[in-house]
Amino acid sequence: MGLFDRHAGLLDAYRDVRTTGADPFQIRMERVLSPTEAIINGKTCLTVGTNNYFGLTFDPSCMQAAIDAIQAEGTGTTGSRIANGSYSEHVALEQEIAEFYGKKHCMVFTTGYQANLGVISTLVGQDDFLLIDADSHASIYDACKQTQAEVVRFKHNDPASLDARLRRLKDKNGGDKPGNRLVVLEGIYSMLGDSAPLKEFVEVCKKYGAYVLVDEAHSLGALGDNGRGLCESAGVLDDCHFIVGTFSKTLGAIGGYCVSNDPDFDILRVTTRAYMFTASLPPSIVASVRQALRVVRTRGAELRQQLWDNVHTLYDGLVAQGFKLGPEYGPVVGVHLPDRMMAIGFWRAMLDAGIYVNVAVPPATPNGVSLLRCSLCAVHTKEQLQHMIEVMTGIGRQMGVIGPQLKVAGGSR
Amino acid sequence: MIVENDGTSVLLRRVPVRGEVMAEICTQLAPFRTSDTQVIRGETAISKDLAIDSLAVMDMVMELEDRFDVSIPMNVVAEIQTVDELADTILKLAARR
Repeated sequence: MGLFDRHAGLLDAYRDVRTTGADPFQIRMERVLSPTEAIINGKTCLTVGTNNYFGLTFDPSCMQAAIDAIQAEGTGTTGSRIANGSYSEHVALEQEIAEFYGKKHCMVFTTGYQANLGVISTLVGQDDFLLIDADSHASIYDACKQTQAEVVRFKHNDPASLDARLRRLKDKNGGDKPGNRLVVLEGIYSMLGDSAPLKEFVEVCKKYGAYVLVDEAHSLGALGDNGRGLCESAGVLDDCHFIVGTFSKTLGAIGGYCVSNDPDFDILRVTTRAYMFTASLPPSIVASVRQALRVVRTRGAELRQQLWDNVHTLYDGLVAQGFKLGPEYGPVVGVHLPDRMMAIGFWRAMLDAGIYVNVAVPPATPNGVSLLRCSLCAVHTKEQLQHMIEVMTGIGRQMGVIGPQLKVAGGSR
Repeated sequence: MIVENDGTSVLLRRVPVRGEVMAEICTQLAPFRTSDTQVIRGETAISKDLAIDSLAVMDMVMELEDRFDVSIPMNVVAEIQTVDELADTILKLAARR
C-alpha cells in the first residue's frame, strides 16, 4: 500500500471539485485591496468570506501600530517564550485581554488553533472526561486526540444530550466517577453561524460540577454589549471557567488566547506543548492586535451595529429569494445547497461574477451538508450586499436552486 | 419493558439483550448499505463494507448511546471495526451501569 492510498476517497472527491474548472481550495488572492475587495483571476472581486468581521485588517491605526513595532523591535521573536523570553508587549497584551474580560489570567498563543489544541488537551488528562459538541471545530477534535481523557460527543447545541452524557458518568455502584469534567462549546459555530444555547448549557454544567470552556473565535466583537462574545450576551461570563479566542478574525491579525480566573492557570505556560514549543507572536502582530482591541473597546458598539445591519440585509435578502440558510442570524451566513457539485458550481459561478465566498463541503461540514459560507464585515456597504443578493438570485434561478421569479399581478398569467 | 421518551429517541433503561442491540445497529446502518441487497451481519466491517464516513459513524453511535443509555468514548469508537464489536461494547457498558 502506498503512502497516499489511504486518501484515495478524498482524492476522488477533490478531483470532482476540480473538474468545475476552478479549485476553491487553492484560490489565489492576487492582491487584497481592502477588507471587502481583492483581485482574483485578474478581476476585482467583492470578498464575503474572510471572517474579517470589523474590517480591521486595513484600519490605519492598527497598520501604523504594526509598522512602528517592526521599526522598534524587528520582524520576529525567533523563538518560544519559554526559550527566548517574553517581550514586554506580549505581557501587556495578555494583561489587556484579561482586563477586557474581567478575568485574572490570560495566555496568548501563536494561532487560535494552537490555543484550543494546547489548552483543551492539557486541562484534562488520564481519568478525566472531555465532553464536546458534535459540530466542534477541527482544533477541538485534534485536542481530543492529544489527551488521555475519555472523550464523549453530545448532539450539537443540545443541552439535554449533554445532560444525559454527564449523568452516565457513574461507576458500578451508582456513585460519580472520579475525574474532572470539561465541557467545550463555541460562541458561534463557523459553518452555519448558529450560537450555543449557552445559558442552558451552563445550567447543566453546574448541576454536574463540570468546567465550561467556550471558544469565542467567531463571536469576539460580534456579540455582547462590550463585544466579549456569547459569554457576555448570554450573561454567563462568570460561569465560563475558560474563554478561548482568536486574533485572526475580528482583530484582523493572527494568534489566539485563553482567559481564566483559576489561580493556578499559569501552570499551563510550562505544561502546554502548543505554547512551549513554537515561536511566539512577532512584535508587529502583538502591536496591531493591541490596537485592534482598543478599537473594539472604543468603537465596538458602532462597528457591531454596522455588522449586524449587514447581517440582516444579507440574511433577509437571501431568505426573501427562497434560499435555505443556517438557523439564525449571525455574522456567518451559511447557504444550503443540495449537494457537493451544486455547491462547487454555484461557488464558481459567483467567482466568475466577481464575488468571493467560501464553499464548504463534506467531510468539513456537519451532517454532510454542502454550503456556500458567507461571512460579513462591518464595512460592507448596502450596495455591495444588494448586488450580491441579485447575483446569487440569478445564479440560483439558473441552477434551479430557487424557484422562478413570482409573477406579479397583470403579468403573463 | 421500561421505556422513556427523552424527546429524541426512545431510551431503554434496563440492560438490553444482544438481539435488541443487533437489531438497532442494523436499523441505524441500513441507509449506508452499498446496495439494497446487502445484508448487515455481525462480521460486517462498518467503515470498510458500508458507505459511511467517520463522522457519520460517530453520529450513528450517538443515536445508539441514547437508545441504550450508555456513552461510548471516542477513542473506544475508533477501535471498533465490526457490527459484533459495536454490539459487544454496548452490552458491556450497559451491564456495567
